[in-house]
Amino acid sequence: MQKNKLNLDFGLVAEARQSAARIAADIQPFIDQHSSVTVERTVARLLGIDGIDELERPLPNIMIEAIKKEGGLPLGAAYWIGRAMLATGKTPQEIAEGVAAGEIELAKLPEKSVEDIQAAVNKVAVKTVERIRANRAHREDFIKNVGEGPKPYLYVIVATGNIYEDVLQAQAAARQGADVIAVIRTTAQSLLDYVPYGPTTEGFGGTYATQENFRIMRRALDEVGNEVGRYIRLCNYCSGLCMPEIAAMGALERLDVMLNDALYGILFRDINMQRTLVDQYFSRIINGFAGIIINTGEDNYLTTADAVEEAHTVLASQFINEQFALRAGLPEEQMGLGHAFEMNPNLKDGFLLELSQAQMARDIFPKAPLKYMPPTKFMNGNIFKGHVQDALFNMVSIMTNQGIQLPGMLTEAIHTPLLQDRALSIENARYIFNNMRSISDEIEFKEGGMIQSRAQAVLADAAAMLKDIEQEGIMSTIEKGKFAGVKRPMNGGKGLDGVVVKDALYFNPFIELMLGKEGE
Amino acid sequence: MSADGRSTTSTTAHSTIDLTKIKPYGDTLNDGMMQFSFTLPVPYSDEAREAARLYLLKMGVDEPQISHYEDLGVGYTFFVCYGKGTHTVDFTKIEVPKVDVEVMDKYGVEDYIKENIKRPVVIVGACTGTDAHTVGIDAIMNMKGYDGHYGLERYEGIEAYNLGSQMPNEEFLAKAIELNADAVIVSQVVTQKDVHIPNLTNLIELIEAEGLRDKLVVVAGGPRISHELAKEIGYDAGFSTGTYAEHVATFVVTQMVQRGLV
Repeated sequence: MQKNKLNLDFGLVAEARQSAARIAADIQPFIDQHSSVTVERTVARLLGIDGIDELERPLPNIMIEAIKKEGGLPLGAAYWIGRAMLATGKTPQEIAEGVAAGEIELAKLPEKSVEDIQAAVNKVAVKTVERIRANRAHREDFIKNVGEGPKPYLYVIVATGNIYEDVLQAQAAARQGADVIAVIRTTAQSLLDYVPYGPTTEGFGGTYATQENFRIMRRALDEVGNEVGRYIRLCNYCSGLCMPEIAAMGALERLDVMLNDALYGILFRDINMQRTLVDQYFSRIINGFAGIIINTGEDNYLTTADAVEEAHTVLASQFINEQFALRAGLPEEQMGLGHAFEMNPNLKDGFLLELSQAQMARDIFPKAPLKYMPPTKFMNGNIFKGHVQDALFNMVSIMTNQGIQLPGMLTEAIHTPLLQDRALSIENARYIFNNMRSISDEIEFKEGGMIQSRAQAVLADAAAMLKDIEQEGIMSTIEKGKFAGVKRPMNGGKGLDGVVVKDALYFNPFIELMLGKEGE
Repeated sequence: MSADGRSTTSTTAHSTIDLTKIKPYGDTLNDGMMQFSFTLPVPYSDEAREAARLYLLKMGVDEPQISHYEDLGVGYTFFVCYGKGTHTVDFTKIEVPKVDVEVMDKYGVEDYIKENIKRPVVIVGACTGTDAHTVGIDAIMNMKGYDGHYGLERYEGIEAYNLGSQMPNEEFLAKAIELNADAVIVSQVVTQKDVHIPNLTNLIELIEAEGLRDKLVVVAGGPRISHELAKEIGYDAGFSTGTYAEHVATFVVTQMVQRGLV
């Protein structure tokens, strides 16, 4: 029996879910027929290609550029790498180095049968998949043997630009009680059509996501996790023009949480919608397989749209994100669907509306580790009032059993958090979570009262919106600006030239291996 | 007893405040009371506490009290302190450059356009450079506005184009030219390591290179943008925290009239 504190019509919930499922199903043939440069670079990475040339160009980019130049991309990177392996007897990395040095021309190598190519590639692919499976087991063992913090997990951001400074701040945050450390990416990394390489010490408002930086932070968090007796989760940003590549790097280096929204890049980074829909699918397959919790970005809607008037768009998007995630084999337990405490603090009874919204998400997505984002839009530099706003936010979170909590910073809108800001913020959350630990078991909401009625109305609006989208199609809906009030054309935005129609012989070994269709 | 040696000893009546020598107020005039919070990179200890006290003394703070201190977990210590400021400031000599117009509300601006400009005013805005944070430009431009103040998109007589975030300056200007803009407004939220300064300067240089500086009203905004800073790098105005669409709209339309850009 589903908990139903808000007296929601679960028939309507099921209808909304079915609409969302049809919306996602409707676009799946498009996704299946296409690939992109970053999807193929991801295949190259998962086959072991890494590193840069003397001009600091990543080898996966050099490989895919070389394939694309010959018009070979419709066959996929796996085909070309496998063919080169058979022809030269070299490893994928050696082949990539050869291509970078101009010593190997892929198209000029002798042709091989597709069956032989697939067999050769699969041998390498299976090893990578095993490594990721082992990472997942390692995480589970760590949690079993050492432990983890109670939910809501406290999710804390570091953003110094220097990975070594980030390590210092992250370890401090873990000692203060943080459960998840998110390393914010440098401004504009989402618009790079490559992933930088190596440890980095300079960034604006964040630190480059590189595989080496992932490794450095992972090591630091395991170290402090052992010290404090809790597994400390590591989070990064699987969004932008390199969604699946970041997912692959995270899977290889045992990240635990990834920002990974199906629509965010389209709406907020003006990345082409065809590109994003193709990219998000493979990125979510990887995240799903690696046991990584994804965080979706509905909270961002409310930084542009009004949190009261547009509440139903958040719920509608959560339904859509859920269905896209299920299609990519990502279980509900890994769906950190997003929402936020962003209503105007001057609103009469605003707290009740926030409580209603958060409880509604909890009841509709009972297994999802919901990600709850703090007030930002109405934080204005008055740190004293801000600290109180954050306290109210923390109260809603514990009253509604949220999964992942990004504690608000009293200095939001002033600067990226200082060491002391983060300590005060965690202290605030821990105080309230502990002091109100069992409150959600104790409260019920008045039948037909403001909180119940509000949730019912938002659900009805969301279900109606999903019906509309189902008629209209997701692409056309985005073109018309129904999410977050942002309009994006089908052929506009960044990255469209990286989308390619697959050949009949195209193959990507990781989709089958990771979706569990390898005959386990 | 007053600390600044003025003849009067009355510390309660408003009329006795010497504006040439003001200092912080706690609960008694000229008590100088201030609060501080900061971190020192030394382990939590009696010595750390003493270091914080000495630091405040060096800052010219009398009777520093460490009301709270705690371990931040990396061998650093956080302090909350109170103390009495000893310095004074001459309030009568202060001059702050400001956007010097009487702010009209939305309807005032709309009427002003009808009477004085008699054609639609085109305003193009964006978060330029690498900045991805549209919260500022959205607050000013989007239909909904912010905190009950409608955005420029809702103004009758204004054609507002919000080009969003991470807009390269060249593209931004090209779009402004294409739309025949009367004003361009730029929001800069990310200001780490002062990235906003070269970016704002670059835009002005591009506008000058196109020979459009005289024909355009150019405005910058953001939490760390002051009017003074904006003027210094060649903008017509700068708006900071607490700005609403009507402030920007008023400035743009009055500038257009003053400069004969109608």
